[in-house]
Amino acid sequence: MSDLYDAIIIGCGVTGAWTAYELSRYRLKIAIVEKENDIGCGTTKANSAIVHAGYDPEPGTLKASFNVRGNELIRGRAKRMAIPFNQCGSYVIAFDTEGMNSIIQLYNRGIQNGVPDMKLLTAEEVHKAEPNLSDDVCGALLAGSAGIISPFELCCAPTEVAVRYGADLLRNFEVVSMVPDEEKVTVTAKDGRVISGKRIINAAGLYADDMAKMLGDTSFKITPKRGEYSILDSNVYGIVDHVIFQPPTKAGKGILVSPTVDGNILVGPTSDPIDFKDDLATTDDGQKRAFDGARKSVPSISERDVITSFSGNRSVGDQGGDFICSISSSEPKLINLAGIESPGLTSAPAIAEYAAGLLRQSGIEMVKRESFDDTRTVVRFKELDDFNKHEIIQNNPSYGRIICRCETITEGEIIDAIRRPAGALDMDGVKRRVRAGMGRCQGGFCGPRVMEILSRELGIPMTQVTKFGKRSYMVIGREEL
Amino acid sequence: MINVDVAIVGGGPAGLAAAIECRNSGCENILILERDKILGGILNQCIHAGFGLSFYKEELTGPEFAQRQINELKGTGIKVMTDTMVLSVSQEKVITACSVEGLVEIQAKAIILAMGCRERTRGMLRISGTRPSGIYTAGTAQRLVNVEGYMPGKEVVILGSGDIGLIMARRMTLEGAHVQGVYEIMPKSNGLKRNIVQCLDDFGIPLHLNTTAIEIHGKERVIGVTVARVNQNLQPIEGTEEFIPCDTVLLSVGLIPENELSLGCGIVMDPKTRGPKDYGAFATSVPGIFACGNAHHVYDLVDNVAKDAIKVGRTASEFVRGEVSE
Amino acid sequence: METSKVICVVCPNGCEISVDHEIQDNELKVLNITGNKCERGEKYAESEIICPVRTLTSTVAIADGMFPRLPVKSAEPIPKASMMEAMKEIRKKKVTAPVFMGDVIISNVAGTGIDIIAEKNG
Repeated sequence: MSDLYDAIIIGCGVTGAWTAYELSRYRLKIAIVEKENDIGCGTTKANSAIVHAGYDPEPGTLKASFNVRGNELIRGRAKRMAIPFNQCGSYVIAFDTEGMNSIIQLYNRGIQNGVPDMKLLTAEEVHKAEPNLSDDVCGALLAGSAGIISPFELCCAPTEVAVRYGADLLRNFEVVSMVPDEEKVTVTAKDGRVISGKRIINAAGLYADDMAKMLGDTSFKITPKRGEYSILDSNVYGIVDHVIFQPPTKAGKGILVSPTVDGNILVGPTSDPIDFKDDLATTDDGQKRAFDGARKSVPSISERDVITSFSGNRSVGDQGGDFICSISSSEPKLINLAGIESPGLTSAPAIAEYAAGLLRQSGIEMVKRESFDDTRTVVRFKELDDFNKHEIIQNNPSYGRIICRCETITEGEIIDAIRRPAGALDMDGVKRRVRAGMGRCQGGFCGPRVMEILSRELGIPMTQVTKFGKRSYMVIGREEL
Repeated sequence: MINVDVAIVGGGPAGLAAAIECRNSGCENILILERDKILGGILNQCIHAGFGLSFYKEELTGPEFAQRQINELKGTGIKVMTDTMVLSVSQEKVITACSVEGLVEIQAKAIILAMGCRERTRGMLRISGTRPSGIYTAGTAQRLVNVEGYMPGKEVVILGSGDIGLIMARRMTLEGAHVQGVYEIMPKSNGLKRNIVQCLDDFGIPLHLNTTAIEIHGKERVIGVTVARVNQNLQPIEGTEEFIPCDTVLLSVGLIPENELSLGCGIVMDPKTRGPKDYGAFATSVPGIFACGNAHHVYDLVDNVAKDAIKVGRTASEFVRGEVSE
Repeated sequence: METSKVICVVCPNGCEISVDHEIQDNELKVLNITGNKCERGEKYAESEIICPVRTLTSTVAIADGMFPRLPVKSAEPIPKASMMEAMKEIRKKKVTAPVFMGDVIISNVAGTGIDIIAEKNG
């Protein structure tokens, strides 16, 4: 059968995207199916956006090795793949002796895990580097290899590379059934589309257990845990220069305060078990706890500077706290990459390497391409110097038309975001790729212009432009009233 | 490098009034930089009447007010660059602007900042709940309806009773949508009385005071809002929650002066007005840079914007002529 | 005699005006107006009791214009009761650029004897 895929990856979050990227090194026929209108819409888009150093996970776990390896891979690839990344380093701060003990423990664990560039800092050193931290801070663990990243770009970049190498990205493909036979698995989507593949790579995030169950694998269960965040205005950027963690307690890693690659400050997350995987509501109580927690580290943090809030759900597995990355014991054509909670974002490129190994181990013949080029260029007008700004407008006048005033995003960049491989199909897709509408006005001014550009580029009427696919339409026609 | 006496950033009512006054008080070389494709700024979408009573001694609509100002430009020699976005303003009064032609640098002797304002958004209000489509600021909805010709939706809840919200309540009703009501957290509307009469009362749209939205519902499109009455501390009173079904939420909860450029230039800001700190007669902390209109502070009435902008235009020309020492 | 309270919409002051009125020979007659700060207020209050009117503003579709819609208004206030009828006509109307401020877009809208005119050049 000519349209038989070697592997079908379910879910185009960071795990699925990097797996597709890794498999693109080989002459394989790949499909990535995604239930949403865009990639990276689940846990990928709503998390702390941190590239962790790797001192947190228990030594000897998959988490520990993938975290440290993933950190190294991201540092090596971010620039070439145009993924906004800033290796700003992280602090775990201590407020008392107990906290000091726990950061010393983290330091030792980091050494065991092979984490580079760690240092224990005195109160004086901490306050000199981060003067806005609470006076109660009595020391910190500095991890130089930690950084901040654009989580969406960390998903978008490898997806683009995979699509460039021929992977089929099928969006709005919500898997409703999977039927295995001797040589393949037939996958059916809610809208009736049917594809089949020799192997299924389950990177379905929060829904990974539901997917596995379709193939008779009930060996694990995913429970959602909500984390609420707030983004603060760029005028408070610089309040901290490093990612500021609190010492981990039994309740979790605590509230962090961190710069973002986009020049804002991030506060969060809370950590609350919830009943429904798709419950992404923010709550008054959660936002309050996030700020109360953040003020413990940085007392001057204020709700007044919030430009937007969001919540993200982590996929928590039930296999002793480690990632679940293995060939299913009940269905040999199924590879599970599940329970990818923190440090999942950092680990994704390393999980993908491991997944490629599992695919080979499952009996798929893997022949490397002669060459593999993952470089990616993205025009970010605002970051160009005046000379290059002028040049690029001369070559393409659409870079001279500023659409988003708050973030200085040009029409050219928005058109690029739509036309690129795995490009944007909706308002949120544009927003995530170019940041139009991410600034202070949150799309107030540029929203109608972005709608027009989407309508024109996709060849659809304005009334079919959506915020994020499905029924999330933006406007109706006058004639509908 | 283009050299001008006065460069005006923004061709809305403030910028236009200031530019015309600069010319009237003797400046010759004046340039207006406007990011939109036409002059007039926000007035172009404010199609309702009620402008101009004190400035033009006649009741005008927003576009009429703007058209008058634009007509006054004719023959003055004031240069206008539309579709041109100012990227930065320096303390040396060099403006870098961008258009489809490329980047251009403008050295001015004086600069008038007239960028206008922006609306407060949902994020700033921190209303809990989901993030579906169908939530717009009243001004964005106004642009969609009055300029682009689309309707945000059919069943509307308006949060906040600012004037734009009241005006959009009427506008949406006239276009055939149904407005469920206007919900205001304060005990009193911050909109003008006449707007409550002719935008709400005329159409039987209820105004619910001491009431706020506590949650927005809907996974894809908005399906409703939970509102509740608030106590004196503006905290929701338990047991008063009510679910209001709707497919559209318009926010009219205040305006903030737009000052990316002022901040980038290092101009001292006033935390109260959120505009540049006023060092007397609309001067900013940088000599030769002035601010007017809603970029300076948020005004209720365009007539007052224009009146004050005239003063700014005069001061800027005096500065250029060296009558005001640095 | 009856007294009605009217909030004036003529200017941003929003004066609260009292109007004394009664029916004489089957016709509503205004007897006394107080609380207004100007003459326009007096006129407004009287018409508000006898036949309330409003300036109607909306948009019409415009082809070849800078934007898809052209703002229009009633050249004079029209009876409140005719507003929705007028909107029906306005909603159907399409024009083609160029149009100039003050041009008549619909004459005698909803039989009121009042024209709908362009608010700006388009």
